[in-house]
Formats: sequence, C-alpha cells, structure tokens
Amino acid sequence: MNLPEPFRLLVFLLGTMAFVGANAAYLVWVERKGAGRFQRRTGPTEVGYAGLLQPIADAIKLMSKQLILPPGVDATLFRLAPLLVLAPAMMCFATIPFSETLVPRNINVGLVMVFSFGSIHVMAIMLGGWASRNKYAIISAARIVSQNVAYEIPMLLVVITLLMVTGTMNLHEIVQQQAGGFWNWNFFRLAANPLMPVTFIIFYICMLAETNRAPFDMAEAESELVAGAFTEYAGMGFGVFFMAEYANVVIGCSLATVLFFGGWQSPIGVLPGLFWFLLKLYLLVFSVIWVRWTFPRTQFYGLLNLSWKILIPLSLFILLLTSAVMKLF
Amino acid sequence: MNAFPGAEHFAAVIFVVVMATALGGALIAVSTTRIIRSVCGLALCCMGLAGLYYFLNSPFLALMEILIYVGAVCVTIVFAVMLAEPDEPPVGRKSWGARLWGAGALLASLLVFAALTRLGADMPWASAPVERVTDGSVPVLGVALLSTYSLAFEMISLVLLVAILGALVIARPGRSNP
Repeated sequence: MNLPEPFRLLVFLLGTMAFVGANAAYLVWVERKGAGRFQRRTGPTEVGYAGLLQPIADAIKLMSKQLILPPGVDATLFRLAPLLVLAPAMMCFATIPFSETLVPRNINVGLVMVFSFGSIHVMAIMLGGWASRNKYAIISAARIVSQNVAYEIPMLLVVITLLMVTGTMNLHEIVQQQAGGFWNWNFFRLAANPLMPVTFIIFYICMLAETNRAPFDMAEAESELVAGAFTEYAGMGFGVFFMAEYANVVIGCSLATVLFFGGWQSPIGVLPGLFWFLLKLYLLVFSVIWVRWTFPRTQFYGLLNLSWKILIPLSLFILLLTSAVMKLF
Repeated sequence: MNAFPGAEHFAAVIFVVVMATALGGALIAVSTTRIIRSVCGLALCCMGLAGLYYFLNSPFLALMEILIYVGAVCVTIVFAVMLAEPDEPPVGRKSWGARLWGAGALLASLLVFAALTRLGADMPWASAPVERVTDGSVPVLGVALLSTYSLAFEMISLVLLVAILGALVIARPGRSNP
C-alpha cells in the first residue's frame, strides 16, 4: 500500500469504524445463537437464513426509536456518555497489529496506549449512570468503579510481568518475537516464567471483569438493577453502549492474542497472518460468550474478594517469580 | 509525496484544537456549579494536555497523562463525589467575603500568569537538551528513570507514601474494635 500517510490513516479510521460496527452486529447474533445452543434452544431463526439478518433488523428497530430524555437528567452528560464510551474503544484499535502489514499506527508505547484509552470507558459508563439520576443507575455506577479499580491492578501487574519477558511495549515487536511455531508463543515461554498459563488465566479473568461481561456484569445486572447504568437510555443510546461493550471484548481478545498467542504468527507456517489473527481472536471471543452463558453472575463481595485476596497476591507472586527467574538464569 | 489538501496547515490546526480542548476543559472545571461537571472539565483539560504532549513528540508522557489523570484521578474524584452526595444542594447566594477571596485569587493568578509569560517570552533559553526520551521504548525509559531522573522518581514515591499514611490516619478512627 503506497497511499500518502493522511489518506492511509483515513482509510484505517473508516475501516475501524466498519469493523467495530460489523463486530457489534454479528457478535450479538453469535451471542444469541450461542446462548440458544447452551440452553437447548435454537436462537433467532426467522429473519434470513438461520437468523443471519436479525442484527440488521435489530439495528433498524433501534435507530427508528425515539431518543427519550427523561426529566431530571443532566442532559449534556446524558447525551455525551454513549459517545465517550465508544470513542476511546475505537482509539484502542489504532495500534493493534492485525497482520504483518495491517497496522494503523505502529507506536513504541502501543501497550500503554491500549490501557490508557481503555481506562476512559469506566469514567464514561459512570457518567452515564450518574447523569441518569436514577438510583439503580447510580448504584451500578458505584459498583463499576470499585470493580474496575479492583481488576485494573492485577491486569497491569500481569502485563508488567509479560513486559519483563518481552522487553518492549511495541505490539508489533511483541508479535515478531513469537515467530516460528506455536512453542514460541508467550503462552508457552515457561523458561522465562514457569507460571505463564496462570498469567494468561489472570489476564483473561481481569479482561472479563474490565469489559463488564458475565459472570462479572455488575454494571448491567438485569435481575437486580433493571439494566444498571443504561436503565434510562432508549433506542440507539442503548445500542451504542452495546457496541462499545463488544468493541471492548474484541480489543481485550486481540490483546490476549497479541500478548500470549503470537498475534498473526501462524502455528504451522501456512496461510496468511490475518487469517490466523482473526481465527485466534474469534476463538477467544467465542470463549468469552461461552463463559457468559455457563457461569451464573457472582455476588459483588465475591467479585471484590476474588480480586483483592486471590488475583492481586497471585500476580504479585508471579511478578517476583519472573524477576527472580530472569535474574538467576 | 504530499498529495493531501492543506497538509501544511495540519500542525497549526492540531495545535489550536489541542489548546482549545485544554483551555475549554479548564474553563468548564472552574466555572460550572455542578461538581461532576467540573470533574469532566478536568478530564477534558487533561486530554488536551495529553494532546499537547503528543504534539511535542513525547507519546509516552501523553499516554501516562491519560492513564493516570483521566483513568485514575478523575475516576476516583467522581467516585468520592458520588459516595458523598449524588444530589448536590442548590448553591446559595455568595457572600461578600467569598467575592473578596475570589478577587484576590484572580489577582494572584494574573500576576503569576504575567510573570510566567514574561519569563517564557523574554528569557534567552538554552536550546533543548540533545538527548531526550522520545521513542518511549522500555530500556530508554528505565535507564532515564533510574539514572538521570532518579531523584524525582524517589521523591514521587515519598509523596505516595505520605498520601497512604494520611489516608490511614484519616480512616483509622472510623473503625471500631470488634
């Protein structure tokens, strides 16, 4: 591709938007089909073959609904919150390497970039909850902060452990280090960190919690909080929150793919990189959906105890172990 | 190869946008009466500052500004505000004392602004040091933090220690013995 730089960025911007939109639409379909299968139902079947046109029908329905502004809400923040949830999620895609050449902006601090823009979405959901002036929404907003603060710590500790192994924050270089066969993936680099699979599991749990997916969906606990922070949102306002949730799931899974499973590196040396990246990415996304429909929602205290009493000590121990191993051998 | 229309104005436009974000955020932060909105203004201001850092070619500092100030500090402030009082009481009439304090603060900040502007514009500044941490790669950052800037690094940890001790001192009396 020899487009001039501004055009290239414009193309990537449009591509990212399309990717986020398509993902949100069809992951909802996958989620509903998956939920159906896990619960011995069939899921959507009516609209199109196997319900494949269902997301489009849903989108038309959401867009044709009125955007209600309930009395008493903080109008500016209420309208701004869905945007603030979605925009940072799109920014995170700017540095994720989809294949060897398909990366919008390859910057040295790519990993920090994903985390810094990922941290904004907590604030946005919280503002949405607060601006709704609804007690369920405010409870949900308070929950989401304590949850995200609690799980940010083990996540960052795990990533620091991984950084010590890779020695770079450039996602492209991290993938390049894992070239040549699946035994070179970070997931299997037991020489540097004997507990690498445990590290991945901690990362995965924290990712579920950070993206507010079940069993940690405290922000939108339907059975106790109506719809949590999104209770007062109607039509596409609600839809945008959902798009952001799926965008965050995709980002989390891409990051897991890049950090642990070799990104676009092929395990056996056939087929182009993009194919392998998307395959690994969607396998992880499917596992996220699988977890959601298999485990019941945890209690809030259980959630916080899991982070502060198990995950943080464990990740600190892994950090110490890795530094000791790397220093000694 | 410079085919994009108006490419030579990009830097100026980006600078203006970033400065407007920072200034607008700061104005929102000080002028609104709702405390959550002023936190939002603070977050916006920090985003503007981060943009300025990026504009000045230090992406690491820009991202740290977002990660720490927007992602951590602002979230903590909003959380504290929400726990304290979700519905704020209406603001009463300002007393003459408050106005006097406001005028004094305005005068003091104007003086500081004028002094800093004069300092920045008139001083013969030495040119920027040749060696700068701009690429943000881990080895360069680590060496810089633990050699050139080690004093600042240690001072920050001291500040954090004092903050933790302060939090303990404040929180301790609230806890009754079982």
